[in-house]
Amino acid sequence: MVLKALFFYLFAAVTVASAFMVISARNPVHSVLFLILAFINAAGLFLLVGAEFLAMILVVVYVGAVAVLFLFVVMMLDVDFVELRQGFLQYLPIGSVLGAVLLVELLMVLGGWAIDPGLVGKGAVPITATGSNIEQIGTVLYTKYVFFFQASGLVLLVAMVGAIVLTLRHKEGVRRQDISRQVARGPASSIEVVSVETGKGL
Amino acid sequence: MALPALSPALPEILLAVGAMALLMFGAFAGEKSSRTVSFGAMGLIAVAFLMLLVAPKYGTTFSGAYVLDPFARLMKLLALAGSGFAILMSLDFARREKFDRFEYPVLILLATVGMMVMISANDLISLYLGLELQSLALYVIAAIDRDNVRSTEAGLKYFVLGALSSGMLLYGASLTYGFTGHTDFAGIAAALKAHGSSLGIVFGIVFVLAGLAFKISAVPFHMWTPDVYEGAPTPVTTFFAGAPKIAAAALMVRVVIDGYGPIAKDWQQIVVFISIASMVLGAFAAIGQRNIKRLMAYSSIGHMGYALVGLAAGTQQGVESVILYVAIYLAMTLGTFACILAMRRKDGPVEDIGELAGLSRTSPVLAFLLAMLMFSLAGIPVLAGFFAKLYVFMAAVKAGLLGLAIVGALASVVGAFYYLRVIKIMYFDEPKPAFEPMPLELKVVLGLSGLFVLGYVLIANPIGTAATTAAASLF
Repeated sequence: MVLKALFFYLFAAVTVASAFMVISARNPVHSVLFLILAFINAAGLFLLVGAEFLAMILVVVYVGAVAVLFLFVVMMLDVDFVELRQGFLQYLPIGSVLGAVLLVELLMVLGGWAIDPGLVGKGAVPITATGSNIEQIGTVLYTKYVFFFQASGLVLLVAMVGAIVLTLRHKEGVRRQDISRQVARGPASSIEVVSVETGKGL
Repeated sequence: MALPALSPALPEILLAVGAMALLMFGAFAGEKSSRTVSFGAMGLIAVAFLMLLVAPKYGTTFSGAYVLDPFARLMKLLALAGSGFAILMSLDFARREKFDRFEYPVLILLATVGMMVMISANDLISLYLGLELQSLALYVIAAIDRDNVRSTEAGLKYFVLGALSSGMLLYGASLTYGFTGHTDFAGIAAALKAHGSSLGIVFGIVFVLAGLAFKISAVPFHMWTPDVYEGAPTPVTTFFAGAPKIAAAALMVRVVIDGYGPIAKDWQQIVVFISIASMVLGAFAAIGQRNIKRLMAYSSIGHMGYALVGLAAGTQQGVESVILYVAIYLAMTLGTFACILAMRRKDGPVEDIGELAGLSRTSPVLAFLLAMLMFSLAGIPVLAGFFAKLYVFMAAVKAGLLGLAIVGALASVVGAFYYLRVIKIMYFDEPKPAFEPMPLELKVVLGLSGLFVLGYVLIANPIGTAATTAAASLF
């Protein structure tokens, strides 16, 4: 139990610290690397509550795909982050006042409540002891939550259509591979035999 | 486990599958197919409309996450009408302005599916998914004229602010789940009834309502509206001003009545504040506007404020008045935007209010109908807009919110100024050159809307009965 608490505080502290570094690092590449660190620690937190499938998915999807994509974008686009931050100091006072007010309010909300020790078992679909995580998610995802599953699919379809609508351009004069034309080509249509006289050239 | 009952959700399934089929058709047929896809999309919407109108299959399905009751049915009919007419009204613009992307009607269809999911949402998760499906499609169609700087700016602005508001809504939803232990509205209501209100719940409600207020562009979450309305192509603005507002208003009604119903005192004050702020800002900020699309943006902010007056009452009569208000608002908005789309000269569309000068002499019928719509938007008696305001104020007074009704009446007096100024420009200023002749489909929409506004007194009874049945299903 002590070990579990120790790891919880370790993962939680590193997550918060690296999340802070994501927004404060000067170099955007460092920001992305800190983001990856935050994801991995969040995966550790999931492991602690027994959601091993979510932990692995977080590592595979977020670290393996999303963060690497971020890294590509940051490296390929020459974004001047110093210029982007110029308004930062100007809005810092009012921003920090608003943030402080919100923080105090949140502390008031959460401070008045004690967290029920048996909370983990009281979710809408609690984790049971039998069967692996994947099995348990699978049984509810395609039955009880099939509507949400399909609706999320539609949301992703809209995102894909949107990306294509807004960015895909059909350029004129692009030479695309036309396999049937390539195959149909014979020596008669592509080779010309010319007899060149000595010293004259073509 | 058996397959969940699909029959209540058949119209959504039809629209979603149809949208994918049209997408495939468009992708293979190329850019030239946009007109065909538009007609296909309108046909699908018409079929879904008829399915809901003639044989609605009431019931709750998908483990309680989805509900079709008379309230959902009526709001869906309105949203479908708004989407269908928006596609119809874009046909002429698409042909003239090289705006013929086949993805446009497909995205409208998918947004409509999102709206229907929102209207039928009976769970915080389906609420969020429906809202995202609709919003994501709207962000894309705001920027669909991608080579136009203002259209892309509109899309980007809408996206960034919309993502922020979705984040707030999710935070509120997670607080609600954390403090009640349920995501379905019935479970939330039961938990609230048993344990009463708490600071955490109020916090959750504030965040959820902030997210929803953004979607109906109520003050103080209205900043995006004028810029997006002005920057987006006019048919897109027509769509934005109609159906999505209805869906978001319906969602707001269902969340606060079905979900947070037992602690009405807590959300009432939030709704009253949003309502007063929207009415007042809508009235005063529109005075200085010269662009008719910006004017309509502020007008829609104000009208959402009036609709919320009915919701603030929190009674069955209040919900009934909200339904009637959004129905009448939809009819007036579609008619007004038909006029705005007709504002075009040889060298393209014009948007300045001054361009309407002397319209009564160059095209008297258009001027008369636009004047009637403006009178109706201002709330002049015997026109539809007057009854809309009357219903919400009556509901507010009955619920003991006299002050709110008085502020609303005063704001509508201020608001009348800018509607009347449009009429003054049309009837008393020196004429400018005539507009191009109006295409047939715009004439049809304007005619229907004009008939509705002028003849509302005659059809008030059947519409009122429908709204009463719809509102009764929530209580």
